[in-house]
Amino acid sequence: MTTLAETSRGKQVRVVQIIGDDSLSLRLMEMGLTPGVEVALIGLAPLGDPMEFEVRDYRLSLRRTEASRVVVEQV
Amino acid sequence: MNKPSIPAQQEITVALIGNPNTGKSTLFNALTGVRQRVGNYPGVTVEKKIGRFSVGNTEYQCIDLPGTYSLAPRSPDEMITVDVLLGRLQEVPPPDVVVCIVDASNLQRNLYLVSQALELGLPTVVALNMMDTARAKGIHFDTEKLSKNLGVPIVPLQANRGIGLDALRESLAAVAGTPTDNRISPFPEAFQTEVALLEEQLNRASESPVPRYLVERLLLDTGGYLSNGEALASIDDAFQNHVLLARKRLSAAGYPVPAVEAMSRYAWVAEMLDGAVTQPAEKQRSTSDQIDKVLTHKIWGTTIFACMVLIIFQAIFSWATPAMESIDWAIGKIGNLIGDILPTGALQSLLVDGVVAGVGAVLVFLPQIFILFFFIAVLEDCGYMARTAYLMDKLMSHVGLSGKSFIPLLSSFACAVPGIMAARVIENRRDRLVTILIAPLMSCSARLPVYILLIGAFVPNTKTLGGWVGLQALTMFGMYLVGIVAAVAVSWLLHKTLLKGETPPFVMELPSYKIPSLRTVVQRMTERGWAFVRRAGTLIFAVTILVWAAAYFPRSPEVEAQIRANFPALNESELEKRIAGANIEQSILGRMGHAIEPVVKPLGWDWRIGCAVIASFPAREVVIGTLGVIYNLGGEQDEQSLSLQERLQSATWPETDKPVFNLPVALSIMVFFALCAQCAATLAVIKRETNSWRWPAFTFLYMTVLAYLGALSTYQIGMLFVS
Repeated sequence: MTTLAETSRGKQVRVVQIIGDDSLSLRLMEMGLTPGVEVALIGLAPLGDPMEFEVRDYRLSLRRTEASRVVVEQV
Repeated sequence: MNKPSIPAQQEITVALIGNPNTGKSTLFNALTGVRQRVGNYPGVTVEKKIGRFSVGNTEYQCIDLPGTYSLAPRSPDEMITVDVLLGRLQEVPPPDVVVCIVDASNLQRNLYLVSQALELGLPTVVALNMMDTARAKGIHFDTEKLSKNLGVPIVPLQANRGIGLDALRESLAAVAGTPTDNRISPFPEAFQTEVALLEEQLNRASESPVPRYLVERLLLDTGGYLSNGEALASIDDAFQNHVLLARKRLSAAGYPVPAVEAMSRYAWVAEMLDGAVTQPAEKQRSTSDQIDKVLTHKIWGTTIFACMVLIIFQAIFSWATPAMESIDWAIGKIGNLIGDILPTGALQSLLVDGVVAGVGAVLVFLPQIFILFFFIAVLEDCGYMARTAYLMDKLMSHVGLSGKSFIPLLSSFACAVPGIMAARVIENRRDRLVTILIAPLMSCSARLPVYILLIGAFVPNTKTLGGWVGLQALTMFGMYLVGIVAAVAVSWLLHKTLLKGETPPFVMELPSYKIPSLRTVVQRMTERGWAFVRRAGTLIFAVTILVWAAAYFPRSPEVEAQIRANFPALNESELEKRIAGANIEQSILGRMGHAIEPVVKPLGWDWRIGCAVIASFPAREVVIGTLGVIYNLGGEQDEQSLSLQERLQSATWPETDKPVFNLPVALSIMVFFALCAQCAATLAVIKRETNSWRWPAFTFLYMTVLAYLGALSTYQIGMLFVS
């Protein structure tokens, strides 16, 4: 099982599911990370965390801990 | 002669909502101009912003609601938006029209909020902002088709240039009062049935029915904020049970709660956009992406960030100085003028040392506030603000905070007042509160004179660390460090005790870069600057008057007569200084100084230091002037004046004739000033930003205790080395 936290730069991945049903998982889905949507890692902050993603034509930044809640698959 | 009949005045209430970074404030300002009122909703930290405008004979009242990605309330602050929209608040009239402003270049996520707004059942207009950016990205719009799909009017807009405002105003008038029952829910049939069932169960016997939108939210709210009784009173255990059962049924039917919401809404969004909005076939690498590549680069990004921080710091520290000095000078002149016109006495002293000094204490902050808010407004408007949080998040997470706390805390090194106001960018309530509570521990520019005076007088000017760094500079650095270390410790403690809870998630949009609009920047800067004067001004003013009164009363002519009799040889100006010193000893303040001497003696202080410290609670920088008066030098002392330094060096304890001041005493005073909340402006701003007296009271208490303990241990440990 791969999560967003483990993706490599520039590679397109697809969201499979969000783990959990707390407010964080709801927030992630509200921001557009729903099953089926494609995401790409754009880069990392200079200290290695947080991460910057492209999803639904905009830029979203997440910490690794949040990104690891998003299960993805290769496109 | 008959007057022509005027059609009945009517007022239409407009609620303005939208995602953050969509230009919502710009639109609000463009619509309402200067006709704005800002207040607070009771019990929360949300600002109540209402503006007015008129079109023909129709008056409009526009409520600006906080920027949000979703109308799913999870806290009292988020509940306010929903309550206003549903007309459930006493303070504001129920809206007749909702304007939802969206970023045309980022429609998918923005329409998520629109899909929620449409479910409120209110006439709605969608304002399609930033059309220029979207077109530059190669996105093509068929607004007619999109409007037909959504079932509401769409107005293309470039709010920062004022383009499309007329069309929007017309559209408001046209849509107000139109029926909304033609709307189609984005949710699957099974979900809608469950909501209808719950609505019936909840409102069957209720006199104040819960709106359908909130019933839907109750079903979706797995976090439990809505059902814990705070937000909605009529929820009982039996109903909770119904909700749980409904969720189970939906889950079994393949619609798991809460995921069903985002999935249904984003599916609806895709349907709405289909055929109405076309993305370019080949994705273009925009200028914004290229800028971002540099600005978040490991080396370049960090370097540019450091330079930017330096510039801001430099600006608040030194660019503000001429303006602050001019204000100081003007205030002094006015004081002198009044002093010349009025005869010596209580009235003259009240006006000069109380009123004028009080107004000065408020105005002197303005240059720093305006400069800082100018930079913050530029950073926000061009999209870099979110990047500073992105760059600094890892570092700040070690202190339990997020990257968004960085700029507010950094600004506090110049002045905690704008720093605390800048903490508004932190939407997580707990992080914001911790940031506000530790911001006053950063050594602000008002502490500098105290450090300079005492270091100059008592720290030997020798070189340490191989002759590279002076001991004086090192001591100064140490004072800044004391504040930072204390802030880290307090933040850690607050997270473990008062403000416990999980680390808030860091889910942040990084908006596209754009050229900041001067109008927006100036508007934000002045808005915040004057907000400070209005709200904090009165308190600072009141406290200044209070301390003036304590230092002035009671005053008897005998003191003067006695001094004149005792020192016949002294000239008039020496006499006046001695009389002023004796008067202050007789005053309430002087008596308080004597009364607290047993408390401050363990810190190495005599009653005069105690006095000066009490007098400096409204504003720490007055300590120098007060010390000047108490040590019979007159009030016009500054930190560089040698006579004050000499006078401090030669002051002695009356019983033993030993000097009052030595290095441990000087250090103990400095540590006290580094840690103490001696600033009425800061406390007033904390009150304003948290909308409660509890937090300024808490800040005052914890900082005073911390300062006392810090000064105590500094002196006691220091004395071990001296003797």
